[in-house]
Amino acid sequence: MNFDMGAYGVYIWPAYGVSALAIGGAIVWTLVSWRRAKARLAALEKTPRGTAAPSK
Amino acid sequence: MNFLFRYANPHEFMRLSGAVLPVFAVATALCLAIGLYLGFSVPPDYQQGTTVILMFIHVPADVVAELAYGAIAVCSLLSLVWRHPLSDTAARAAAPFGAMFTALGLVTGALWGKPMWGTYWVWDARLTSFLLLLFLYFGYMALWNAIEDETRAARACAILALVGMVNIPIIKFSVDWWSTLHQGESIMSGKIAPVYLAPLLIMMLGYVLLFLTLWMVRIRTAILERRARNLMREAAA
Repeated sequence: MNFDMGAYGVYIWPAYGVSALAIGGAIVWTLVSWRRAKARLAALEKTPRGTAAPSK
Repeated sequence: MNFLFRYANPHEFMRLSGAVLPVFAVATALCLAIGLYLGFSVPPDYQQGTTVILMFIHVPADVVAELAYGAIAVCSLLSLVWRHPLSDTAARAAAPFGAMFTALGLVTGALWGKPMWGTYWVWDARLTSFLLLLFLYFGYMALWNAIEDETRAARACAILALVGMVNIPIIKFSVDWWSTLHQGESIMSGKIAPVYLAPLLIMMLGYVLLFLTLWMVRIRTAILERRARNLMREAAA
């Protein structure tokens, strides 16, 4: 593997950096909202019907 | 069609996607790891020097940006014609990822354009039609949020998505129809050197798998959110 990009490094590394950040962010956002939705549904299913008044 | 209807009901989708998700996630990680390893091992291009390495993130982002739009359009068609319960959810779930990959395509393209063309941006056919794709995604997501009634929102968004589909072949053929700074198609025509082709194809596969994985999780999340909303409605009634 070669990480010496020469003078073009100033264009190449930001491009890879932005891509990694965006993709990493998308993965984190997707997983966090999945966990949150799962926890919320579980909490709702636990409360007996007709009595629940969970916060939004 | 029967196949589609069978697996597109939310319950079946949860079961099936839950089973394939780990496989997709591992395959994504493998493709990206191998693709990056091979990508960072290629020799500099005789014209583009080391910037050729940008191809391995630029082209896959563009491909997925258009693929995600195609996915939204297909789901929208299913929604309009067959009133499919899951297709609206699936269409909406793909949009943020499509927008993200479109933005990545634009940013990585600009950072490639500066050293090779001498400019970050030029209003030529390929670049402009691709920017339009980003605005289509923004418009699509904004429309979903703007209409409160979900059924009406879904119908309006499906129509917008299908009308916007006209932009996809324009992006694809813009480099043939108009003279642009952007280079022409080089994968199918075999113009790309084999040493660059393998990492490019593996990275493309990695990006496509990444999109499919994220999309599936997002649809699953939307299904749970809907169940929660229904429970709250029942509780309130």
